[in-house]
Amino acid sequence: MRGYTERTKMLRQESVSTQPRVSLERALLETEFYKNNFGTVEIPVLRAMNFKYLMENRKLYIGEGELIVGEKSEGPQVVPTFPELCAHTVEDMTVMNERKFINFKVIEEDKIVQAETILPYWQNKSTRDKILSSMTQEWKDCYAAGMFTEFMEQRAPGHTVADDKFYHKGFLEFKKEIAEAIDELDFLNDNVAYDKKAQLEAMAISCDAIMIYGQRYAAYARGLAEKETNPQRKEELLWIAGNCDVVPANKPETYAQALQMYWFVHIGITTELNTWDAFSPGKLDQYLYPFYKKEKEEGTIDYHKARELMECLWIKFNNQPAPPKVGITLKESGTYTDFANFNSGGIDPYTGDDGVNDVSYIILDTMDEMRLLQPSSNVQISEKTPDEFLRRAVEISRKGWGQPAFYNTEELIQELLNAGKTLEDARFGGSSGCVETGCHGREAYVLTGYLNVPKIFELTMNNGFDKYTNKLIGIQTGNPEDFKSYEELEAALFNQLEYIINVKIRGNNVIEKIFAEHMPSPFMSVLTTGCKETGKDYNAGGAKYNTRYIQIVGIGTITDCLASVKYNVFEQRRFTMKELLAAIDANFEGHDMLHNLVLNHTPKYGNDDDYADDIMLDVFKNVRDVIRGRKAVCGGTYQIDMLPTTCHIYFGSVMTASANGRLKEKPVTDGISPEKGADTNGPTAVIKSCAKMDHTSTGGTLLNQKFTPSSISGEEGLDNVSALIRAYFHMMGHHIQFNVIDKSTLLDAQKNPDEYKDLIVRVAGYSDHFNNLEKALQDEIIDRTEQSFN
Amino acid sequence: MNRANIFNIQKFSVHDGPGIRTTVFFKGCPLKCLWCHNPESQYINTQILYDRDKCALCGTCEKICPKKAIKIENSLLTTDEAKCDCCGQCVIYCIQGARQIAGKEYTVDDVLKEVLKDRVFYEKSSGGVTLSGGEPLIHIDFVEELLKKLKDNNIHTAVDTCGAVSFDNLKRAAEYTDVFLYDIKLMDDEKHLEFTGMSNKLILENLKKVSEIHKNINLRMPIIEGVNGDEEHIIKTIEFIEGLNISKVNLLPYHDIAKHKYKKLGKVYEDDRMSKPSDEKMQKFKEMFENKGYKAKIGG
Repeated sequence: MRGYTERTKMLRQESVSTQPRVSLERALLETEFYKNNFGTVEIPVLRAMNFKYLMENRKLYIGEGELIVGEKSEGPQVVPTFPELCAHTVEDMTVMNERKFINFKVIEEDKIVQAETILPYWQNKSTRDKILSSMTQEWKDCYAAGMFTEFMEQRAPGHTVADDKFYHKGFLEFKKEIAEAIDELDFLNDNVAYDKKAQLEAMAISCDAIMIYGQRYAAYARGLAEKETNPQRKEELLWIAGNCDVVPANKPETYAQALQMYWFVHIGITTELNTWDAFSPGKLDQYLYPFYKKEKEEGTIDYHKARELMECLWIKFNNQPAPPKVGITLKESGTYTDFANFNSGGIDPYTGDDGVNDVSYIILDTMDEMRLLQPSSNVQISEKTPDEFLRRAVEISRKGWGQPAFYNTEELIQELLNAGKTLEDARFGGSSGCVETGCHGREAYVLTGYLNVPKIFELTMNNGFDKYTNKLIGIQTGNPEDFKSYEELEAALFNQLEYIINVKIRGNNVIEKIFAEHMPSPFMSVLTTGCKETGKDYNAGGAKYNTRYIQIVGIGTITDCLASVKYNVFEQRRFTMKELLAAIDANFEGHDMLHNLVLNHTPKYGNDDDYADDIMLDVFKNVRDVIRGRKAVCGGTYQIDMLPTTCHIYFGSVMTASANGRLKEKPVTDGISPEKGADTNGPTAVIKSCAKMDHTSTGGTLLNQKFTPSSISGEEGLDNVSALIRAYFHMMGHHIQFNVIDKSTLLDAQKNPDEYKDLIVRVAGYSDHFNNLEKALQDEIIDRTEQSFN
Repeated sequence: MNRANIFNIQKFSVHDGPGIRTTVFFKGCPLKCLWCHNPESQYINTQILYDRDKCALCGTCEKICPKKAIKIENSLLTTDEAKCDCCGQCVIYCIQGARQIAGKEYTVDDVLKEVLKDRVFYEKSSGGVTLSGGEPLIHIDFVEELLKKLKDNNIHTAVDTCGAVSFDNLKRAAEYTDVFLYDIKLMDDEKHLEFTGMSNKLILENLKKVSEIHKNINLRMPIIEGVNGDEEHIIKTIEFIEGLNISKVNLLPYHDIAKHKYKKLGKVYEDDRMSKPSDEKMQKFKEMFENKGYKAKIGG
């Protein structure tokens, strides 16, 4: 059993062995609250009162041995539902109960409650209903065809990260500041003063909500202490009560209270509305270190105690699977992972100096010992980061379960500066759930959905017609057989691309407004710089910075497709466009020679070969420039990032074969990785190709590299992987992560899942149990090019 | 402009000298070692490799060959080497992947351009470029020019040599070489002749002379059960290198992963005479060197 102490061994075991299940507690409380209160107050106040009602009435849980308290629902692995966003049908509940992967137990009585109490109230009222009924036919056609996905279909904007605010102030003080802001409202001259007042009052109510939750925990712990017969546990329960007396109402005084403060905030955010998409602690090592240092000097804490408490927090993350998704949204990202992410190392955000400290190492040691899916953890590597820290992180990473991932501090900061943020704010930058970048605590950076770029090429090759839904869904950019040059094809592709992106953004603009009007997040707004100052909600553009991301999927696949047509059809004239289209239609069956030529004897992205890499750059720049900088409806701007989660599997599954030899329904490429098997020149060439795009003009990119254990063993292996990372980051690469497992192990795990229950692999911006993955995704991970040594 | 035939430029090469390196494999070698794991490196010109097991005898290559060098008769495919100019069309159009091309003519600047692509990795890992083969020093004009240009670019250089070349070639290379990876196969001259096709006299003599002009020599010793897997060989080597500038010894245990290449070259692989040495033996040999104060490592 893994765990630094007996306590964390036991807590971890409970966390990993409990079957996830659904609880209707939140849905019932909320339905009851809405029935009684909807229409009586302004929407932000209603949402805040609803949040307070939940925090006042939900069941509390303190597990045996726990030191950090609070759960998203009634206990470990129990998930709430959010009918205001997506009211699951009874059929949805049956599916989530019975499906083989990512299943959640639903008891029969709850299905009756859902049918008789929850659904009758929320039907046609949930944001999902509002969204789907507001979309155009063009949008619906593209969505059904898998041209793009929509993040907010079953969930709210999220994916944000805390900064240091609540380590310096308690919620009493936040509330005081809000009251001052209300006092300063100018009803004579400000025509939205009334709206601001409602928003600020809502924020004040949400401060009460979290403080009540803390007080309830203090009282609950005292009650348990009274009954407790074991004197040691009794003392611990009183210690917990003491911590909850201080936080969240006041600022934390100790390392343990700082952890408890974070966790109360985490539970608050994820209870309010952030259903799925991660709220993350960000640069926790930076924020905790002052507490650790002070207590260490005073002799009230040591490594041992700090490590155990960190493991307690770690397990808390793992106790909270992401609430159940259904339909396409599950396919986009099939996982229990809630995408909470730590950013350790990097720089001290206050000074810009090297940020690695004792707590950074405590986090690495905890990650190594716990080996849990959640939280996802990464390290930031700066030019200033000591080699010792990098090597320790590589040492953990090469154990093969995918954590930590590596991020480039200098590049992150440059991205943020390029997007118009100040240096002070940019130093608080990092990734959140996956690779997307933002200024922690100062920015609403909302992922809006994935864009299937290779399928846009497929549409272009079919003059706008989609063969999966048998419908004309794009614009008619011409019959490719009539194209006289590669340039004509490229122009047609870029027209098609702009059209599809416009369909997506038109939909986004409506959805953003639906959330701004109907689903404000006052508690999140308390914690985000800008909202209090402007009296505007996090979901309505209140944050200091507002970014809307569209995630670009399949750059590797589309590059190789274009390279294939350019090289084979227009330059070498090995075959005609007509012959190529016929081969694609036949999924290359009976076209073995053509398949051999495109697959094995055509330039490919990922080999440090400018022929293909220049095409990648053309596509990259075009997609970026169509999206980047466009205005969103609540004052934000659009930006791209290059991350797939597991969406590249879904996107591939709705596609025909491709001009690069990819067979129909097979995955497209993930992140900025090359097509499987295309990168034949080894990892340095992959890294060079990937570094050719300007990462700093995106909001993040994702690169997977897989190694066999033997290829990176020993001290020299540590040196070489460290050097690869340093080199990639020197070239301003954003992110790199490793899977270090040999192919035969994965194949064996597929055959004998029971023997590999512990096998964790890196999937995209997160790791997952190999057994939890559907077969297509397992195959995809097995097929990712294994970089090895000669 | 100097030209040479090169059969592979291997990026992220980490067993041929320090750090992350690019290894340039030259074609042509004076030795014909029985265990050679790059048998396609022995012949100096470009060659077509043919895998009979993969070949479906579909006849595509026969039709496509511009020189009409390929014939299929009685279910047997033959390539007339006198006609074949290694244009590579048969390789591209072979669906089965049964044909490969080994070797391509490069100019020094072609090679330089390719190896400089990974410069950032050399800098971050204290790596560089290794010239190997085959035997790089039979292409001394090319090698000297390439090494000089690499040094002009501040790139760390290693030369992996069998030593069976004129000492003048070693001397010309030495000026621009940071480390020699010098192969010692057998101390017993008779066996050397038997297993490599050449006497070891020149090799050993050259090692002594190189040591007089160069400070940094790594000894690389393949250990093959059935050929040199005896302590006698190690003892004699240690005696021989006493007083020489040997900074490190790499003991490379025999493996047979190159076996398939022999078949494709139409050569016989005499694996019944060779086998992998035990881990214990490798460890013992390593200790024998360490006991004499040498830095020794199993593997590259």
